[in-house]
Amino acid sequence: MASAPSKLYQDDVSLVVALLDTNPFFWAGASLPFSEFLHHVIPFINTLLLLNQLNRVVLIATGTSSCGYIFDSGDGNSSGNSNAVCSGIIKKLEDFVGKDSKITKGSNGDSTRPAISSLLSGSLSLALCYIQRIFRCGARHPQPRILCLQGSPDGPEQYVAVMNSIFSAQRLMIPIDSCIVGAQHSAFLQQASYITGGVYLKPQQLDGLFQFLAAVFATDLHSRNFLRLPKPAGVDFRASCFCHKKTIDMGYVCSVCLSIFCKYHKKCSTCGSEFNQAAPDSTIPDQKH
Amino acid sequence: MAVISVATRYKTTVKEPGVPGVLKMNEERFVFMPNDPRSLMKLNVEFKNIKGHKFSKDGSKQALLNLTQDPEKGTGYIFEFDNFTDRNSCRDFVGRVLGKLQSVPGRPNEQSVPEKPAGAPLPEQLSAIEMERRIKLLREDSELQRLHKQFVLSGVLTESEFWATRKALLGEDANHTTKQRPGFKSAMLADVRPSADGRTNKVTFSLTPEIIQQIFAEKPAVHRAFLNLVPSKMSEKDFWTKYCRAEYLNRTKNAVVAAAEAAEDEELAVFLKHDDILANEARRKIRRVDPTLDMEADEGDDYIHLPDHGILRDGQKDTADTETEVSRRTLSQDLNRHAAVVLEGRTLDVELGDTRTVAEALAWSKQELLSNEKSEENVNLEKQERVARMTELEDLQASRNPPYASLCIKDPREYFDSQQANALRSLGGTEFGTNSLDLNLSKEEAYRHLKEQISEAKSRGLKNPIIRPDTALKVFSGLSQHLSSTRFQLGKNSQESALDRIPHRTKDELMHHWTSIQELLRHFWSSYPITTTGLYNKVQRVKDAMAQIYQKLQEIKESSQSDFRHQISLLVQPMLQALDAAFAHYDSEQQKRAAKGGAKPNGFVR
Repeated sequence: MASAPSKLYQDDVSLVVALLDTNPFFWAGASLPFSEFLHHVIPFINTLLLLNQLNRVVLIATGTSSCGYIFDSGDGNSSGNSNAVCSGIIKKLEDFVGKDSKITKGSNGDSTRPAISSLLSGSLSLALCYIQRIFRCGARHPQPRILCLQGSPDGPEQYVAVMNSIFSAQRLMIPIDSCIVGAQHSAFLQQASYITGGVYLKPQQLDGLFQFLAAVFATDLHSRNFLRLPKPAGVDFRASCFCHKKTIDMGYVCSVCLSIFCKYHKKCSTCGSEFNQAAPDSTIPDQKH
Repeated sequence: MAVISVATRYKTTVKEPGVPGVLKMNEERFVFMPNDPRSLMKLNVEFKNIKGHKFSKDGSKQALLNLTQDPEKGTGYIFEFDNFTDRNSCRDFVGRVLGKLQSVPGRPNEQSVPEKPAGAPLPEQLSAIEMERRIKLLREDSELQRLHKQFVLSGVLTESEFWATRKALLGEDANHTTKQRPGFKSAMLADVRPSADGRTNKVTFSLTPEIIQQIFAEKPAVHRAFLNLVPSKMSEKDFWTKYCRAEYLNRTKNAVVAAAEAAEDEELAVFLKHDDILANEARRKIRRVDPTLDMEADEGDDYIHLPDHGILRDGQKDTADTETEVSRRTLSQDLNRHAAVVLEGRTLDVELGDTRTVAEALAWSKQELLSNEKSEENVNLEKQERVARMTELEDLQASRNPPYASLCIKDPREYFDSQQANALRSLGGTEFGTNSLDLNLSKEEAYRHLKEQISEAKSRGLKNPIIRPDTALKVFSGLSQHLSSTRFQLGKNSQESALDRIPHRTKDELMHHWTSIQELLRHFWSSYPITTTGLYNKVQRVKDAMAQIYQKLQEIKESSQSDFRHQISLLVQPMLQALDAAFAHYDSEQQKRAAKGGAKPNGFVR
């Protein structure tokens, strides 16, 4: 992922776009309280800024119905004082959460079925757009990467959008690191880190979260060539079907647009092509080794 | 009943010299009679008591065949043969007999198609070549031999089933017999150069059958002359003398002499004239040429040749004197003709011996070609059609619709909107763990809680220290252990695989089990859907064999040392899964059949 080293620039510059999960339904029941979480993340951001003068950090909050930019260290008005940074972040977070709660209340009239997952696809898209803007406005070799601090479970309805973002990140050569602060692994982020060449970690001790972040996620892309970072044992590659959004292992694939279905359909809902061949009656899998 | 009788030596152990005698084998028993009538080493053993047979490798010091009674201890009757062919024939005989005896009774009636259709209830009579091929394959590939021994000789699979999937291996040999036919040489032999002897005034031409064949192919007029003149009017030698004389005359620049001689001697004239057959051919080709610019033939070909062009054979650029009939072909004409003949290829299989036969064979083949060409009316029609099509000017035509339907991807917004509706409807059915989230919490409460947390963080400010030192230490040690353990497991060398690090014996066993499982699973899955009792029995046998291997795999997994246990279980896991899937399918099929109850008239239906 490192671009060619050049004498004019430092190799270890990094642009980190961190996606914070601010899903209240998750944080209400999380083992690590949100305030503690902030007390780990904000020093980590300061650490990143300390590592190199040219480093840039951008914080994006992932809410349940919206995402927003919380902090950008490249702003002209950031004073550089860590306390000021901290208070700035917290204030912006408050505003964001307030807006998010208003949006969430407005869209879902049904209050007994709250949204459980956070809008990962939205924040990934925001991050990618920001990085693309940085690429185009001429900043020299920023070496961007995305760090997802995710706790909520994956929403299968976001499968298509998340996969599209992952492929865009892969095309742009932007590694997606994932740090899971929730209880269960996230299949989307495992796939994201695997495909883009990032690091996936689920820390066992959440009270040492800062140490995990500093040891694993703080290094820039150039130095990663010399470091040995934790790799997950396996990747959960399951897809979710396009019709019901359930995760499936075996299903039907449209031969034209490659959309995945769990049941036989006469017509593909994505591209409209018709499947003329009759469905096989038997479901005996033909395992010829 | 087939009987074999061979002179051998019988011994009880490999090392002793053995008792010479005669071994007679038939389908039921074998009898050994020592040469020495006084010896007590007579044997009369029924094949029913023989469990298996072992043999030494071809090319080892002794040609041994061991008919074992007890496979564990290896005791049996050892016979030493004088040569390997005897031993091999006995061994094959024994193998067949044992195979028959150990097969399940009643099965031979339902043999699936063997090499030759077997009407008799005996297992299929294979031709000697077939048997030889199989034995050769078995000898060459020890893995195959092991599989064969394990399954066929123990009755799990029959010979035909075993070899049915390996037709490709067996069929290879057949292709070796057809050899490639060499084509014509690229060198222009048809142009014979004489060797001149400096001392006398003689010029010598040497003609080999190869050269003669080329001459016939390249110069059809000569060919025709040969067929007409030899042996009716002149002998072969005379014919060739005349031909060589004509060549010589051509070569010398003496056109006048050539014309004079041609006028005298008719036959010589044939050689000196234009080759009219070639001219005809060229003209015919021109007629066949596609006017839509097919450069296959054009006027510059062969005989219709522009004067003043071309270099003659000996480098001069003389203008051809068209008054005389002496034809002089330019170098390029000769070369082109030779190239055309070479490319056409050699169509004759006749040996180059007798010139006459060669000439006749060539004539026959040419005739066939001609008759084929003349009868192709539709070729002309097709050509005309094509001409008509190609003379259309494309930009003056109306556009034709493509025969396919173009891909249309609907408006993505529609798709996402509909999916949103789907998603909202089915949110309750998500499989991801929702246990950790409190669903009863209403939205207001959740947001309020979050806001409280944020304000708490604001009021408290950042902690000092950020984390406690002992926590940090725990994190570091945990991380380093995790990283070093993966390094230990994966090894320093990235080329090394898990297989290389487990002990050899286990690795061999696992590999063998893998190949056996593949073989069995292939037969298992190909027998479904079960329609005959034969297939049903086969599935039974295969399933039993798979169960045995399953046992063995479990044992391997459990008995492996603790260092390798993890890797071995990782390796064994997919095998067990494949077997489990097969067993599950078998059980479900059994249940379905039991549920349907009673046997259907056509056997077993899915």
